[in-house]
Amino acid sequence: MPRPPKAEDRTTLLDARAMSRALQRMAVEVLELAQGTEDLLLIGIQRRGVELAERIAKLIEKDEGVAIPRGALDITLYRDDLQTVGPKPVIGETRLPGDLSGRHVVIVDDVLYTGRTVRAALDELTDFGRPKRISLCVLVDRGGRELPIQADIVGKSVKTAVGERVDVQVEELDGRDQVDVIR
Amino acid sequence: MTPPSATLGKDLTGLEHMTPEQIRLILDTAEPFKEVSERPIKKVPALRGKTIVNLFFEASTRTRVSFEFAEKRLSADTVNVAATGSSVSKGETLVDTARNLEAMRIDMVVIRHPSSGAAEFLGNRIDSNVINAGDGQHEHPTQALLDLLTIRDKHGKIEGLKVCLVGDVLHSRVARSNLWGLTKLGAEVAVCGPWTLMPRGIEELGVKVFGRVEEAIEWADVLNVLRLQLERMEKGYIPSLREYYRVFGVTPERLERSPKAITIMHPGPMNRGVEIDSRVADGPHSVILDQVTNGVAVRMAVLYLLAGGRAELADAAKRGSE
Repeated sequence: MPRPPKAEDRTTLLDARAMSRALQRMAVEVLELAQGTEDLLLIGIQRRGVELAERIAKLIEKDEGVAIPRGALDITLYRDDLQTVGPKPVIGETRLPGDLSGRHVVIVDDVLYTGRTVRAALDELTDFGRPKRISLCVLVDRGGRELPIQADIVGKSVKTAVGERVDVQVEELDGRDQVDVIR
Repeated sequence: MTPPSATLGKDLTGLEHMTPEQIRLILDTAEPFKEVSERPIKKVPALRGKTIVNLFFEASTRTRVSFEFAEKRLSADTVNVAATGSSVSKGETLVDTARNLEAMRIDMVVIRHPSSGAAEFLGNRIDSNVINAGDGQHEHPTQALLDLLTIRDKHGKIEGLKVCLVGDVLHSRVARSNLWGLTKLGAEVAVCGPWTLMPRGIEELGVKVFGRVEEAIEWADVLNVLRLQLERMEKGYIPSLREYYRVFGVTPERLERSPKAITIMHPGPMNRGVEIDSRVADGPHSVILDQVTNGVAVRMAVLYLLAGGRAELADAAKRGSE
């Protein structure tokens, strides 16, 4: 179900076709970065990162004809602001396909902003083994970093201000593919 | 799905005054914590920097160890205080003990105490979060929560299931917490045992009472077999352990008469050959060890939810972050 229109000012950053093109390009870039599929492992961050990782993995599988292992990561328990924001009522699933040691892990998320989610994800992944490399792939980089973290692969970059929001919708959860900036 | 508005408040003293939403929130939160205990490094940093005191005025192995694992897997710092060998044996009151601990800047107290109401009494007098790990004959909420989680795992639901508590319901805080939790989540609840060990007027709570274990077996989807505390015999509640086993023991022969595969639970520690036959306890429908595994996950969920339950801080932080 598409979400009902809200009173706030909403600008579309990516429509369904633009998002599809961005994901296809990201899939190619992941392949180039990993120099093939041998040790590649895609890990999506709950929740929309998981769907995006699934999409990218399927695109790679279509091109390369090999299965790409993927996982899901919920970083709630590794957040640095748990004491202040209070716990998220329900924590998402964390499911990783075996030991990460020696793998090239590509973290997939919808929006890169402060970098704190990625910091937490890096800490959590370290507890599952020692990947030979970890890369970061995001659909939207909205700037505003509070930590020295950058993405290796970006679908779309956009400058946003504090108070603005980037709303990523995916078919599987929201009924349509679209990215909006809300002011 | 649990509405995000449900929170637990400061303490967990019992299930009697909890809402079904709060109980479901704990069970849903326990799910992802099960996976944490399966990780190569069984630890997440969620409660890093929190100090938790396990204040045990009664003997306990399973519950204390389970709480301690839960605390450590959330990265909290823990201290165990037992009644013997502490200032408690020198005559210090409960509140003084707790206030002294609080003066050392602790965040939570897990308390087991022989007096009913001790956890609530303490919770009303100190600022730290208080979790009841069993108080007298009153409640043992985390045991009931892990029982509920185990039932939900096994049957996929709790609503509409027929659950019978067998044994010493009168003295059992596990039974009391189970009765509250099960009825709030919509299970049909029955009790079965010698009439000397049944609380008066329990029918008024909408609970079925079976005088014969055969009737309970015919009716139930789940049997939660309670521990028969051996001192009950000395006090004359039952004639003898052999007699109890002969009349109320849950045996394979009795279970065979039911067409259903009845799920068998026991809060431990078991008296094999008294309330439960070994072949049943170790049988294919026993989830007794699943209960123990789930205990850690449920306690992690409770600790995690209570630790973050400070609403005013949450509001302040939300204004500052994305």
